[in-house]
Amino acid sequence: MQFWGYKRKEGRAGIRNHVLILPTCACGSETCRVVASQVRGAVNIVFNTGCSDVAANTAMSQKVLTGFACNPNVYGVVIIGLGCETVPHDKLREKIQAQTSKPVVSFGIQEEGGTLKTIEKAVRAAREMAAQAAMQQKELCDISELLLGIECGGSDATSGIASNPAVGELSDRLVDMGASTIMSESIEWIGGEHVLAKRAATPEIHNRIIQVCKDYEAHLEAAGQDCRAGQPTPGNKAGGLSTLDEKSLGCIRKGGTRPVVEVLEQAERPTKTGAILMDTAGYDISSVTSMVAGGCNAVIFTTGRGTPTGNAIVPVLKVTANARTYQKMGDNMDVDLSAIIAGTKTYQEMGAELVDIIHDVCNGKLTKAEAYGFSDIAVDHVCRYV
Amino acid sequence: MNVNALLMDERDNVVTCVADVPKGAQVVYKKQGELCCLTAEEDIPYCHKIALTAIPKGGEVIKYGESLGQTSEDIPAGHWVSHDNLFSVPRDYDSEMVKL
Repeated sequence: MQFWGYKRKEGRAGIRNHVLILPTCACGSETCRVVASQVRGAVNIVFNTGCSDVAANTAMSQKVLTGFACNPNVYGVVIIGLGCETVPHDKLREKIQAQTSKPVVSFGIQEEGGTLKTIEKAVRAAREMAAQAAMQQKELCDISELLLGIECGGSDATSGIASNPAVGELSDRLVDMGASTIMSESIEWIGGEHVLAKRAATPEIHNRIIQVCKDYEAHLEAAGQDCRAGQPTPGNKAGGLSTLDEKSLGCIRKGGTRPVVEVLEQAERPTKTGAILMDTAGYDISSVTSMVAGGCNAVIFTTGRGTPTGNAIVPVLKVTANARTYQKMGDNMDVDLSAIIAGTKTYQEMGAELVDIIHDVCNGKLTKAEAYGFSDIAVDHVCRYV
Repeated sequence: MNVNALLMDERDNVVTCVADVPKGAQVVYKKQGELCCLTAEEDIPYCHKIALTAIPKGGEVIKYGESLGQTSEDIPAGHWVSHDNLFSVPRDYDSEMVKL
């Protein structure tokens, strides 16, 4: 299978060709928003950190910022910093340029003499970049260029019974064609980690899966917190998910059945091809943020209760097997998988249909969240999200 | 009779209702291709679980052929299984490790 994408000098092909307006810290976020609003083809992210922080948090925000910049869906980057943040704009630019040859420019608000002067320069730079990006022709790319992030959020009992198995089938089919997938949310492996570990390609990976869960619980315990207090969420419980174990046993099905070839840290880029895991929070926005920073060029998102979420850089395709949710939130749901619950289609059949739907998204079809311009982001920190 | 509940694994002692089931109504699910039914002894909301057999206090609730946790009270057959009578128990991670 092939799709029409944007080839990059380094790494995978993009399925979008955005100019990214990237703040170094929270103080640059609003300026980035204004710049992006002035230039067609530009997207911005809102960043809530980057200043007055401990080393581990700085490392995580730098991983996310550089990861976003290097994401294959990004043509070029305009960085806007303030001037007194932990990592200033020129240092972030150098870091990004060490990893990619795509165009990157940067400005500092204090240096330029305020936001209006910065906006003027940044809009000109972004306009030039967008003009060049528009000249890049799409080329046929092999499906192996696809790195699909697999996420779930606002889960209910239909997620584990229907939409997650269907997405698991999609993952298996893509992996068999040579593509790669990442399933994350390690806290939602807990209670099903022994089942997930059976998919490990090596004994080391088996133990790493168990260890990730053990460490997550220990991390929260050290802060006097119990992971079972936040999970399942009130919405999950109302949707029939009674315990973290029940949620997890349903969650892990979205990763399919193929051997797990690698377990990544948050926002880390894969070195292997196939079915991959990433150790992230169960908090969906944070998990998607980490997978996009890890280089995913598309995300599929299963939900039971319904969610509007989207990402600035990567299309997020939302699917539900809850017929009521699809009817009530049709403006936010992309795909109706409720035929599985109704018994008129199997999850395997719907998984096969999802291959074609994801193929369309790779070829440029906008997801609903993408058309609305949604750009959720949450960067994890030392005291991890749950 | 229309199927209104799903059994995920033959070992399970609960099924998930895929319609609101009022008290006294029949819960119908498939097991090995055969239709099975039981009477709902209380209202079971959409997406929620009903006990197929009596589960004693401290017993395990099984779905997907795996344990969801332990019950905090006796749950008779036909009753609602939810976060109010089921809780998660800590894992024994060390026992799950394999020898390298």
